[in-house]
Amino acid sequence: MSKLTDLTIASALTGLENKDFTAVELAQAHIDAMAEQSNLNAFITETPDIALKQAEASDKRRASGDAGALDGIPLAIKDLFCTNGVQTTAGSHILEGFIPQYESTVTQKLFDDGAVMLGKTNLDEFAMGSSNTTSYYGNVINPWKRDGDDTDLTPGGSSGGSAAAVAAKICMGATGTDTGGSIRQPASFCGITGIKPTYGRCSRWGTVAFASSLDQAGTFARTVEDNALLLRSMSGHDPKDSTSANKDVPDFLAALTGDIKGKVIGIPKEYRVDGMPEEISALWQRGIKWLESAGATTIEVSLPHTHYALATYYVIAPAEASSNLARYDGVRFGHRAKEDDLTDMYEITRAEGFGDEVKRRIMIGTYALSSGYYDAYYIKAQKVRRLISQDFLSAFEKCDALLTPTAPSAAFAIGENEDDPIKMYLNDVFTVPASLAGLPGISIPAGVDSQGLPLGLQVIGRPWDEETVLKVAGVVENLAQFTYVPQTVKKAAA
Amino acid sequence: MAQMVQGETGDWEIVIGMEIHAQISVESKLFSGASTTFGAAPNTQVSLVDAAMPGMLPVLNEKCVEQAVRTGLGLGSKINTYSVFARKNYFYPDLPQGYQISQFEDPIVGKGEIEIDLPDGSVKNIGITRLHLEQDAGKSVHDQHPKKTYVDLNRSGCALMEIVSEPDISSPEEATAYLSKIRMILRYLETCDGNMDEGSMRADVNISVRKLGGELGTRAEIKNVNSLKAVQQCIEFEARRQVDLIEDGQAVVQETRLWDPVKLETRSMRSKEEAHDYRYFPDPDLLPLTFEQSWVDEIKQTLPELPDQKKHRFMNDFSLSRYDAGVLIAERSRADYYEDVAQGRDAKLAANWVINELLGILRKNDKTLEESPISAEQLGELIALISDDTISGKIAKDVFAEMFTSGKNAATIVDEKGLKQVTDTSAIEAIVDEVLAENPDNVEAYKGGKDKLFGFFVGQVMKKSQGKANPGAVNKLLKEKLSS
Amino acid sequence: MSLDKESVKKVASLARIRMSDEELERMMPQLSKIIGFVEQLAEVNTDNVEPLANVVDITPELRKDVVNDGDCADKVLKNAPEEIQGYFVVPKVVE
Ligand SMILES: [Mg+2]
Ligand SMILES: [Zn+2]
Repeated sequence: MSKLTDLTIASALTGLENKDFTAVELAQAHIDAMAEQSNLNAFITETPDIALKQAEASDKRRASGDAGALDGIPLAIKDLFCTNGVQTTAGSHILEGFIPQYESTVTQKLFDDGAVMLGKTNLDEFAMGSSNTTSYYGNVINPWKRDGDDTDLTPGGSSGGSAAAVAAKICMGATGTDTGGSIRQPASFCGITGIKPTYGRCSRWGTVAFASSLDQAGTFARTVEDNALLLRSMSGHDPKDSTSANKDVPDFLAALTGDIKGKVIGIPKEYRVDGMPEEISALWQRGIKWLESAGATTIEVSLPHTHYALATYYVIAPAEASSNLARYDGVRFGHRAKEDDLTDMYEITRAEGFGDEVKRRIMIGTYALSSGYYDAYYIKAQKVRRLISQDFLSAFEKCDALLTPTAPSAAFAIGENEDDPIKMYLNDVFTVPASLAGLPGISIPAGVDSQGLPLGLQVIGRPWDEETVLKVAGVVENLAQFTYVPQTVKKAAA
Repeated sequence: MAQMVQGETGDWEIVIGMEIHAQISVESKLFSGASTTFGAAPNTQVSLVDAAMPGMLPVLNEKCVEQAVRTGLGLGSKINTYSVFARKNYFYPDLPQGYQISQFEDPIVGKGEIEIDLPDGSVKNIGITRLHLEQDAGKSVHDQHPKKTYVDLNRSGCALMEIVSEPDISSPEEATAYLSKIRMILRYLETCDGNMDEGSMRADVNISVRKLGGELGTRAEIKNVNSLKAVQQCIEFEARRQVDLIEDGQAVVQETRLWDPVKLETRSMRSKEEAHDYRYFPDPDLLPLTFEQSWVDEIKQTLPELPDQKKHRFMNDFSLSRYDAGVLIAERSRADYYEDVAQGRDAKLAANWVINELLGILRKNDKTLEESPISAEQLGELIALISDDTISGKIAKDVFAEMFTSGKNAATIVDEKGLKQVTDTSAIEAIVDEVLAENPDNVEAYKGGKDKLFGFFVGQVMKKSQGKANPGAVNKLLKEKLSS
Repeated sequence: MSLDKESVKKVASLARIRMSDEELERMMPQLSKIIGFVEQLAEVNTDNVEPLANVVDITPELRKDVVNDGDCADKVLKNAPEEIQGYFVVPKVVE
């Protein structure tokens, strides 16, 4: 039998049901993996005791025939989801030691279905970043290395800890959040699959907010099927979130028929950006061929405002963030500077509590909303956002889904791109447009570059049509036959 | 009734606009399920949403929307079926989110107009600019500790309606009349209890002065004006301050000032003012608020008769003076009480009794109408006894006093005490004869031309009849007998 | 457009983030660069385009007016940096 940590969620559920192993054994195997690979710094808070307790309870439920859809599956939770009684930091010093007295809807739903929590994963501070280097709790190290090169690479961000933990087989799946690409880009960098559903599919209640009109929870796992399983448990209407849709959650698993005959896949021409690495265009071409070989038609479509998506995003997200992060003021929770004057207390608390990237974005957002600039920046960005959204809706009149690369590069070294915020922002050039339009998107590992690093392809679908997204992704997964394993995992196995 | 401020350079006109914050009568908060009851222990009526814990989200209370629509209809205003919640960003310890959820560009209620009644009996229309929904802040307590401020979030997130007037108000009297009228309307609609002592209603007053018909001057916004008296006083003070400033060659600064109810002056809040830039933007946690016009129409069907409608009806149907009608409609319960008393009876007499006797005795005993020991039905019966000559108006006052202390019905008291008016002419005639026989000197003097003695005879007869003799009959009989 | 130090200072104060002169100097070119980057939006013709605040195409459900939350001062105050007698406590506010 292969190692328990090699299993997919689907096969683990079968194994548990067949009594091949217990949930406690499964949890223990992952707890051991978490300890062995603590050097990745994927977790801010490890919760092995909770995991074992939940696993014991899971075994009991299964014995009495009450097992839920994810019963006994060890997951990692991005430290942006508030967890009752367990420190939740959002990767920030300002929330160090914060113990929520409530459980986010997403994690509650997972636990209701029997999932087991191994810990809270590291992330860019307040999910602001694409390299997981803005966390107060240190960088996460990508389990992948370039061939013959020991340089530490970033796992991408902001859900870098979750992606790294899944890739390193510390957990079977993980939650993430995606505001401009924070699930899809790290999935691509870590050689795993990650899906961001339609905005409004998962509740935002209890998830630390970054940019409210963009934030959406999603999942990481090593297969499309596992993502479908996790997403099915997480999704659904929540009366506590006014932007959560009261729509039935389809059986995402049932969508994985492998049959895409007659589907039309759009290839957005504006995504062929200048300077795209040859390996990435080649991978994209291969993806197109795979889908055609499976019976789909591909057509070129145009998303004319793509070029302006990043600029739009870097007005709207910081604007919302500047307001969302105003509650971190040292009054009711979190870090407080010891000062006798109220203004000093506010300003020094926030100066000490926030890192540079968060400060930059708060400043940009504050500026964009301030009097005299509101129309030129914020309202302008909202107008362009409508144009971007309309681009997609027009394209979807001609096709059922879009295929693009996930990111313009493979994982880069920690410290690279740090000197220039704009260069860093360009990482999200392919993921941000779908976020602005609230569309579901998935990244599937589809190949490796010349240095042996994984590269992902992205499938984007119509609003509320995660089924087609998962179906097409399943076909890519099947044909890509991505069987590469990160070097750190290979080393651990050796 | 514009009131001028006399300056050294001539008369100045006062231009006033008001922003009234009215706490909506509802059970739970605007965006959370925490209670809104007044006076609970600190931070006990606070949900995690009200405390702005990370990840908490607002969900709009539908009753608050309905109450705002009701109020808008009551203010004769346009109801906007599309409105938007916006964040007003600023830092303050009792503002947990770091922003107040309010409405800015698209409020739920647009323009309207109300009528105010002035002490000289005239009427003026005041324009309503808008009404919007917003969250209240918590409470900062500054006097518990020399170096600390204590924060209680019980009020944080309570639903407010901010009602903004046009700058149509031009004197302290008009301002208080406006505030009273708004309060009256809200109480009629039951959308706010109007209790200024508990802070359910608070006013900010925008004041500027100008030469008669001249350009609008720079305005100051006065906060913390929390009683009718304070409205009056702060306008008087502030208008004078501005006139003196301008005439002294200085400029009025556009700023927020605080009313000090102890020193009776306004003072600058510049410390709090520094570079305010609220950075309003649509709240991304809340989608635009939309509803059907048909729902507005349904609410319209359920509106009570409003004060002005009632006042005009009382004037027309009951021939009451504007003043009396105004007193009676001041509270919905008072108007209802009056209508019950007047039902099928002499409406003017009923108005006199309610206004002069009942409200007077209640005031003297520090009781509200709701606590009155005399029900409307009971007072109505008393008035019926006067009207059908069972008792005289004078006896009625004694009966009324007895009713107030014992709670007994008028008829019972009249029976028990044998107060029934004597209308039997022969019985009265006997008493008249008796009185005339007992006072032969006075009879002679009267007949000799001392007309004034007539009152003496009436008094004697009334006294002998213990006030029960019908005064009309007494007069008639005395006249007959004395002239014979 | 490049931001001058005064503007950056004003924004920092609005955002309640204390910044030393040195930090302001360091932040200035970074912010200017980002603002310069987003200013390309001016190229887009947005005549007759309505701003889009939120993409989600739903009519949100409203809450019934019932008291079903609050009464949890322990949870509310649990993480408070300073608390006295059930109040949050902050340095004195000078009015
Ligand atoms: Mg105001
Ligand atoms: Zn207000």
